[in-house]
Amino acid sequence: MEPLGWPAIFTQMFLQFTPVWLGLILIFFLSIRFKRNLSLYGKLMDSPIGMVGLGLVLFWILTALFAEQVALFDPLEQVSGMKNAKPGEFLAGSETQVYLLGGDNLARDVFSRMVYGSQTVLAIAPVATIFAFMAGITLGLPAGYYGGRMDTVLSFLANLVLAFPVILLFYLLVTPEMQDTPIPMTLAGVLFIFPVLFLVMLFYSRFKARPDVLWIYLAAVLVPGLYIYFGLAFGLVPLGPVELTPNLLNIFVSVVFVNSPTVFRIVRGLALDIKTRDYVAAAQTRGEGPWYIMLWEILPNVRGPLIVDFCLRLGYTTILLGTLGFFGLGVSPESSDWGMTINDGRRLLSIHPHPALPPALALISLVLGLNLLADGLREQSMKD
Amino acid sequence: MPQFVLKRLGVMALTALVLTFVVFFLTNLGPNLEKLAKEQNNMRMTDEQVASWLEEEGYNRPLVVRYGEWLAGVFTGNLGESSRFGAPVASIVGERLWLTAKLMFWVMVVMVPSALLLGVLAGMREGTFTDRSLSTLAITTTATPEYVSGVIFSVIFASSIVGLRWMKASATSATDGITFENFALPVMTMAIYGMGYIARMTRASMAEVMTAQYIRTARLKGVSFPQIVVRHALRNALIAPFTVIMLQFPWLLTGVVIVETLFNYKGFGWLLVEAAANNDIQLLLSCSVVAVLVVLVTQLISDIGYVYLNPRIRVQ
Repeated sequence: MEPLGWPAIFTQMFLQFTPVWLGLILIFFLSIRFKRNLSLYGKLMDSPIGMVGLGLVLFWILTALFAEQVALFDPLEQVSGMKNAKPGEFLAGSETQVYLLGGDNLARDVFSRMVYGSQTVLAIAPVATIFAFMAGITLGLPAGYYGGRMDTVLSFLANLVLAFPVILLFYLLVTPEMQDTPIPMTLAGVLFIFPVLFLVMLFYSRFKARPDVLWIYLAAVLVPGLYIYFGLAFGLVPLGPVELTPNLLNIFVSVVFVNSPTVFRIVRGLALDIKTRDYVAAAQTRGEGPWYIMLWEILPNVRGPLIVDFCLRLGYTTILLGTLGFFGLGVSPESSDWGMTINDGRRLLSIHPHPALPPALALISLVLGLNLLADGLREQSMKD
Repeated sequence: MPQFVLKRLGVMALTALVLTFVVFFLTNLGPNLEKLAKEQNNMRMTDEQVASWLEEEGYNRPLVVRYGEWLAGVFTGNLGESSRFGAPVASIVGERLWLTAKLMFWVMVVMVPSALLLGVLAGMREGTFTDRSLSTLAITTTATPEYVSGVIFSVIFASSIVGLRWMKASATSATDGITFENFALPVMTMAIYGMGYIARMTRASMAEVMTAQYIRTARLKGVSFPQIVVRHALRNALIAPFTVIMLQFPWLLTGVVIVETLFNYKGFGWLLVEAAANNDIQLLLSCSVVAVLVVLVTQLISDIGYVYLNPRIRVQ
């Protein structure tokens, strides 16, 4: 068979993404239809930049969800004769099966690897970012609210981590040797408790006067929370789906560790600003406890900047994960992680550029989408 | 002012001490030492042999004691011996650092003026078409990490596929002499990622200054628009970006490591990778210390410079 030309390749790729397009159309239709009832998210529909950003992000989320339908091959499948195949080349003796974006140096389909690569990024980055936010919020609120010695100590620790060049930290933490030491587990034990702690404080401060409601909430948080905590941090849950390989745990911990001090600084600054407001004084006069004020008065009022920063940080985390993959410290040697694929592809760049370019463009578009989304959200939330 | 500087210096010294200890701890972990023992002797050592070798070499003494010894060495200029290169660490680091300094210099020369120009042009007329397109451009560059832009630029400017072949995809020859051909790609790759961030800061700061009262007064007085931008707005608008530029250094270090790996330029970043990959404990330690010190010194300069440039917060 003659290889496909570029117009045919793009048509075929467009068709492969059909479930993603349908999902996008549905989401945007519903969002625009009900935008009046969707508060900040609904207002995003008035900002062209925000809509483009949201579209790009949703595109990759849907691609990750429908990866099996979108991809043509298994990301690890090697087909003989397809080593470094040019884009649009058909499999030997086949009239239908085609490597749309060519093959890499191990004869795997570049297109399918790019599609599956989105799963790795979107499985790790959001969870790691949420964990970093939980840690940053749980420590940043009291630091800003109380001030004093605790603030000095916590800020010093945060600055300590921030003074550490990220790449150095990765080279020291994400190593095979590190997996034999208790350090990743200790760090995980400390960092992963924050989400549980955060939720417990959230409900405790609100319902402590009503024990009958309180224990329901606490049970709903603690049972799954501690189950996931022990599973993720210590691998102690034999039954569960929540377990990380030592390397993945290492990556996860490092990414959370790098991100949380910045979140801490932002939250601390916001808390410092908000605590002088009248409604905080009113709550203090009412006799509310400090944690109630922090979590139910201050936090809801700083959600705007935090949501914006969340999007930006998600993009940054995506870049970090790519950096790790690029240095071969990534998830697993065979994974279709974008950073890793770029690193594999760059060795033969001057002769075969096609394996390196698709994951590179995919990474840009996702991060760009997140940045544009953040920009749109910032613009819309400032209009209030 | 001197008191402020002294206080900052004190915090900086404390930070450096803690961080070097952390690095010392992380590079001297059991598994690392075991690997070192096997590399120094032979790979098939038994556990007992490893233990006795470590005992002989003094690795079993308390960590704090060894850290103290190392620190004393640092102050007397003795950074130890590199196991990867078989030479004193100090001379290796110095030589590589100089190569990276040259790279950084050119990155700064390209990045800072273009970022400031971009930011000022976008921020002086907020909300216009120019502003929107320049801002989107800035966002795009911040979304393009070095390992992505480097790959794309190599394909466009240095591969036989596109056929431009303006530059070389390897900067190895730049060690002997810098030419446009071998240095443009690494410099461009690094400058672009940092540029967007500085440009956005400049834009925000410029946009804020342009709404200030004294700018309105100048306008009502009949000063021409270019005059307002250059003589009145610029000076105040550039305070915030100055801090940001100084704080870019820690970011640039990650960029240095990526770009030097990507373009095979044997500078400080390459050295860091070599040290980490070969378990060269002494070298990795010194590289880390240099990296941490660079970050801390730039933070200090940015703090002091900010106070100096901005009379309103000149220390009470």
